[in-house]
Order: sequence, then C-alpha cells, then structure tokens
Amino acid sequence: MRNWMVGLASSLGIACLLSACVTINIYFPAAAAEKAADKIIDDVWQLKNQDKPTVNTVEPPSTPAPSTPGK
Amino acid sequence: MKKILFGLLVVAGLLANQLVQAAADLEINTPAIAALQNSMQARHGKLSSFYTSGAVGLTKDGLIAVKDASAVALKDRQSLNSLVSAENGDRNALYKEIAAANGHPEWESEIRSTFAQRWVQKAQAGWWYQDASGWVKR
Repeated sequence: MRNWMVGLASSLGIACLLSACVTINIYFPAAAAEKAADKIIDDVWQLKNQDKPTVNTVEPPSTPAPSTPGK
Repeated sequence: MKKILFGLLVVAGLLANQLVQAAADLEINTPAIAALQNSMQARHGKLSSFYTSGAVGLTKDGLIAVKDASAVALKDRQSLNSLVSAENGDRNALYKEIAAANGHPEWESEIRSTFAQRWVQKAQAGWWYQDASGWVKR
C-alpha cells in the first residue's frame, strides 16, 4: 500500500516537472537574443574591428633570477 | 526505491537538456540574415553622418526615423528619406527572419525590442534615440 502511494506521488511529481520543462521551452530566450543582436549590430556598425587585439597581452617572463640566496 | 531513483534521474536528465537548450545561441547564420546584414552594413556608411548630425535617430521600436530634417540640405532630403525607409525595410525583415530561422515567428516583437535596446546601447555619443518621453541625445 505504502509503496503504491510513494509511486503515485513520485509519478505526479515527475509529471509536474515535465510540464514545467515544456513551458520553459516556450519562453523567449532573452540572453541568447541579446547576444545575437550584439553580434549583428557589431557587424552592421563595424564596431568590433578596433578592439579585437585585446587578447594579445603578451606577458614577458621576468622570473630568471638565478641568484636566490637564502636557504 | 529504485523506481523513484530512476524517475529522479530521468527528470534530472530532462532538466539538464532544457538548460542546454536555453543556453544555446539563436540561429543567425542563414543566407537571408547574412544578406540583410551586408545590405545594412553597406548603407551604414551613408547613414552614420546623419546619426551624428541628429538628422536621423534610433526609434524605440528598433527602427530609425528622420528626427530633424532641417539638419540636411533641402536637395538631400529625398535621398535621406529613401535611405531611412530602405533601412527600416531591412530592419523589419531582419527581425522577422531571425524569429523564423529559430522556428518561432511569434518571437519577432521580442527580438525587435531586444534589438531596440541594443542599438541604443551601442550607439555613439551624440546620436539621438527615442525613449518613452521622446528624443534623447546619447
């Protein structure tokens, strides 16, 4: 008897969650739309050409200090 | 007990799947969208000075409009008008195409308002845009 009730409760819960999933899919993906808009606007207005080389922050290794006294 | 665990696993899997879908990008790589982008990019060269002079501003519905025709010489006003209406034709088509490319034609108005905000956000200082109270200088 108890097993049966637990089964019913869990399947009801699953049904609820499933319907929630279905509704999620109908919602407008605002973040994705913003990203898409930014991409298109950058292209139309040619905004991304100037600030492309921000990735090239070359960091010269300034560590070769051979003389480490102490120890 | 095993059944419940299995059920929970199934639900977790479904939720994860939904999350992945929600995080996915909108489809904007279609030939129609690319063509509109190219046409708008080419037109922008002619429009940008009108944005700067305040002759043209960004509207709150994701289009552009002639804000101050007196900033343009009389002889150029007709060509300005046709530039503006060509641009608006492309913009309307763009919003519609993006909605259609993602299988949700009903998203068009939300895409339009997303774009309206982003155009203004990315506009240069000195350009004009429309908000609820009217024309505002950025």
